[in-house]
Amino acid sequence: MVQKKAASRVSEDAEEELARAPLQAVLLADSFAQKFRPITLERPKVLLPLVNIPMIDYTLAWLESAGVEEVFVFCCAHSRQVIDYLNNSKWFGQPNFTIKTIESHNSVSAGDALRLIYEQNVIYEDFILISGDTLSNMSLTQALEEHKERRKKNSNAVMTMVIKKSKPSPLTHQSRLGTDELFMAIDPETKQLLYYEDKADHLKGSITLDKMLLADNPSVSLHNDKQDCYIDICSPEVLSLFTDNFDYQHLRRHFVKGLLVDDIMGYKIFTHEIYSSYAARIDNFRSYDTVSKDIIQRWTYPFVPDVQFFGNNAAKLERQGMYRSSGIVQSRSAQIGPFTVIGNGTTIGNNTKISNSVVGEGCNIGSNVAIEGSYIWHNVTIEDGCTIRHAIVCDGVIMKSGAVLEPGVVLSFKVVIGQQFVVPAYSKVSLLQQPTKQDSDEELEYADDSSGIVKIPSITCTSDKLSGKLTSELSETQRWATSEVGAGGVGFIWSVGEGGYEEELRHSVAPIPADKLAEIIQAANDDVEMSAQDGNLLPPSGELQPDSNSIGSEDNIEDMRDDYIYFEKEVEATFLRAVQENITEEHVVLEVNSLRLSYNKTSVDCASALFYSMMKLALETPHSSTSELLGNATNVIGTWQKLLKYYLPSLDEEIEVILKFEEMCLESAKEFSSIFVQVLHLLYDKDILQEDAIHNWATEKEGADESDKVFLKQSEKFIQWLNEASEEED
Amino acid sequence: MDFQVVVLAGGTSKELIPLVSKEVPKALLPVANRPVLSYVLELLEQSNLKDLIVVVEGEDAALRVGGWISSAYVDRLHVEVAAVPEDVGTAGALRAIGHHLTAHDILVVSGDLVCDVPPGAVAAAHRRHDAVVTAMLCSARVSGPSESGSAGGKDKAKKPGRYNIIGLDPTQQFLLFIAAGAEVEKDIRVQKSILRAVGQMEMRADLMDAHLYAFKRSVLQEILDQKETFQSLRQDVLPYLVRSQLRSELSLHGAQSEENGNDKVSSQDNKVTLSQLLTNSSTPSFLELYAVGPNGSALVPSKTHKCCVYIAGKNKFCARLNSIQAFSDINRDVIGDASHLSGYSFSAHNNIIHPSAVLGSKTTVGPQCMLGEGSQMGDKCSVKRSVIGRHCRIGSNVKVVNSVIMNHVSIGDGCSIQGSVICSNVQLQDRVVLKDCQVGAGFVVSAGSEYKGESLARKEKCQSQ
Repeated sequence: MVQKKAASRVSEDAEEELARAPLQAVLLADSFAQKFRPITLERPKVLLPLVNIPMIDYTLAWLESAGVEEVFVFCCAHSRQVIDYLNNSKWFGQPNFTIKTIESHNSVSAGDALRLIYEQNVIYEDFILISGDTLSNMSLTQALEEHKERRKKNSNAVMTMVIKKSKPSPLTHQSRLGTDELFMAIDPETKQLLYYEDKADHLKGSITLDKMLLADNPSVSLHNDKQDCYIDICSPEVLSLFTDNFDYQHLRRHFVKGLLVDDIMGYKIFTHEIYSSYAARIDNFRSYDTVSKDIIQRWTYPFVPDVQFFGNNAAKLERQGMYRSSGIVQSRSAQIGPFTVIGNGTTIGNNTKISNSVVGEGCNIGSNVAIEGSYIWHNVTIEDGCTIRHAIVCDGVIMKSGAVLEPGVVLSFKVVIGQQFVVPAYSKVSLLQQPTKQDSDEELEYADDSSGIVKIPSITCTSDKLSGKLTSELSETQRWATSEVGAGGVGFIWSVGEGGYEEELRHSVAPIPADKLAEIIQAANDDVEMSAQDGNLLPPSGELQPDSNSIGSEDNIEDMRDDYIYFEKEVEATFLRAVQENITEEHVVLEVNSLRLSYNKTSVDCASALFYSMMKLALETPHSSTSELLGNATNVIGTWQKLLKYYLPSLDEEIEVILKFEEMCLESAKEFSSIFVQVLHLLYDKDILQEDAIHNWATEKEGADESDKVFLKQSEKFIQWLNEASEEED
Repeated sequence: MDFQVVVLAGGTSKELIPLVSKEVPKALLPVANRPVLSYVLELLEQSNLKDLIVVVEGEDAALRVGGWISSAYVDRLHVEVAAVPEDVGTAGALRAIGHHLTAHDILVVSGDLVCDVPPGAVAAAHRRHDAVVTAMLCSARVSGPSESGSAGGKDKAKKPGRYNIIGLDPTQQFLLFIAAGAEVEKDIRVQKSILRAVGQMEMRADLMDAHLYAFKRSVLQEILDQKETFQSLRQDVLPYLVRSQLRSELSLHGAQSEENGNDKVSSQDNKVTLSQLLTNSSTPSFLELYAVGPNGSALVPSKTHKCCVYIAGKNKFCARLNSIQAFSDINRDVIGDASHLSGYSFSAHNNIIHPSAVLGSKTTVGPQCMLGEGSQMGDKCSVKRSVIGRHCRIGSNVKVVNSVIMNHVSIGDGCSIQGSVICSNVQLQDRVVLKDCQVGAGFVVSAGSEYKGESLARKEKCQSQ
């Protein structure tokens, strides 16, 4: 009884402690991706304005409203800019909300970031892991409670992922946020995540679930209609897991999949689905577009332009979803369409039409300008007669009169577009030249990211001093940039990224054009036809054959043969080097042994490979007659007999050597065929081959085809002699 | 109702040896002293499906089954018995009787089904969705003796048997994935295209395909004609239909597909609204959405067909007599938990003792037991949870627990029979002890012998002795 009381008190204490511990969050102010290039070369993604407010402010505002008390902001790329911004923002000095920044210059992935945070030893409770480009208005209370409840029952429930319903388009296989379609398997009872596949291979027509999955659960829900919100509630173990598995880089691709596959530790991931609240991560230009529209259409309330959720100027909401700040100078003839945000201090000229767009602060828009579905950031000058459709225009850009931006264009900071110049669709223009692709480790998906990040400090400098330097460089740049962005223009047009045109299309702010859609539909049709044929080819039993099994065995044999050829070559090279450099037998044995291990071969293979190399050496040593060849062979075998003997521990290997020799005489070294018996005799004399081995070989060959018996017949006399010799001994 | 019913009664199933024999084909195996086929026939009769084709494998078996049906149901049902060669498979059997099939829809029932789910409900679901196939699913049962059985403790950890892995849409109306047989034990491979179309798929391992299907006749015959290698409905035809539902190769509406694109769209729209009304759902089903294409405009009028399911409630009884274990289970359940199926009226002691049966003194027949017509039992016998057939002669001091004893069996004094099946005309001499055995028809077990977990049949007589 007393014990029980004590126990309950302890648990109460623990609960109190739990309540007292501040809720922590880790905010990654770096997406470790390059989808927002070239803009992110000059400014970190989290500081890019989203409906005129930097993204990170949305994230921080949400964290504060959700009851988070301590946020660790992990800065990597452009860390100075982020830290400076935060220092000057009102986020510092808030009661009950502290922000601490962690700076790193050599982290190339979320995994590195979390490892660094682990080392700092600042997280001791369940925490929220979020990236600085995530927007949400969900309440964390329920998700946190669920997470803690599960943790109490099972300490292996290390993470709760927030998901939301969102059905990807069946044609483009991407969500409205522009992310790839996602396949998940979730236990409908416990909400445990059982399978996670993003970056799915479209060509593979089926997903494969482990058979054990349904052995443990009577039912499993497969989802293609959910979206990962990239808001995770993690236990402190997550950090140590990243440290234990130093190869985990990506949160989803490595960490989540790693945990799902690994069944030794039994760590579990759960999901929490939100229904009415909003959560989305800005992953690419398309999601930038989508999320901006969601903000304007107030799905993210209270984080909308007319609510002052932090030090921003509240705009006024007018009819048709228009937000207007004070201090706009607008011509009477200008038409501002629905779902448009106009920032403070912007002037708009005559007959200008703006619809479905966001215009930042201090912009100067001339007359007869058409802006549709575009994002104009701050202090942009757009001269008369420009047309902008579905484009992103960064701070300080100047568009000379009559310039046209076709859909999907991105103009980075301070680019100048020349008069009447038409920027082709999906092009990206920046003052900085496109970094040439570096010869980096291709294996890591983060390789190119790292190259980007390594460069970033220098770029940060450039961008900080850009304004100063620009004037001096301007003349130089201008001279040969004019050809790229029109007369009087400044900037480089970047060539299409690695993903190719297709990727640009999928991730740009512009909707996918109709003709392209038709193309995709056509492709999809072909695909269906293909898979239909595939369906016909299916075995009548109705079972889907695993992909590899049918041809796997042949492949394997093929592989093994190839393997042996490589192995033989390596052994030969080793042996030749040993001959040339007078390496002792022991060392050669060591080297051959290591080769044997790395190719997973047996000592039989070593013996035959070595013997092959020796005979080849003998053959390649200059000789004029077969007797000289025999002499060569005698020499080589005499010198290296110990080595060969080392790999001939039993009769089987010796027989193998004879067989190998036979094969050589037939194929690669026909010169030996005439002196087969002599070499055999030689090997016998040198004690490399035992009498029994030769006998066994002979009996083995007895039953073979006549053509195979050529050498047996040649050696008949020798064998007979052997017999007699042994009889004499008896 | 424009439904034709095909009952696949099978022949002499190999799994059921030694219970089945040339004289007793599978369809005539007794369940609570009635042939198993009678359960299906009466179930169909209850749904007013009286026009039946019973397909039996093998001429001999067909004669026997036909003889029994005509004697038992002469004025109640209109039954045609068709014989097909052995080992043609279920699809082959349907192929063989193809010329008999004329109705718009075909209901295919396995003859070994013992259940109380009205087939009419399946037929209705089939019609409502205008599906090409509707399969009946029921909860997978725990095999082996129920918890109340003597071996209770041992079976606690037993999981429900896994017969199928089934993928359903969230409304649980459409069949999206099915794995049967050996496939159940492999990794599950789900087509992405179907998952994309439906968004969410529920994979279930706790459902069993009851082998009661409603097919659209035109589709069934088209497949049977085109895919000559298809042998089994369950393993070939059904998976094929499920797999190809989004890219149907079937000429569903022969005349309609000839029409030009515009007409097709409108007809599809009509279909959407119609079936919406019928299914009482506010949104059209995923298949209709998929067929109509994105943005409502049928840029690609995809051909689809619907594979539907009817899921029987958990409280319904549904089992197939396809193994010896199932035979014992079903016999026990029909006089036990699912006694309403047997069609008998139970006594106050919850058992059925035919008035003509004779019991000796101090002989007890427990609840959930059945004693057939004209059977006699000696003194001090005890019968628990067992079925004893007609005209059996049972000596004194005999214990029968959890067993099925068919007709004309004679059992000597002091025998003990547990968890066994004893076929007709078997003779057990005195003091025989059987545990978990099957004794084939006409076998003689010599006095004093003890067997455990063996299968005794006349052929093996010389070997075993």
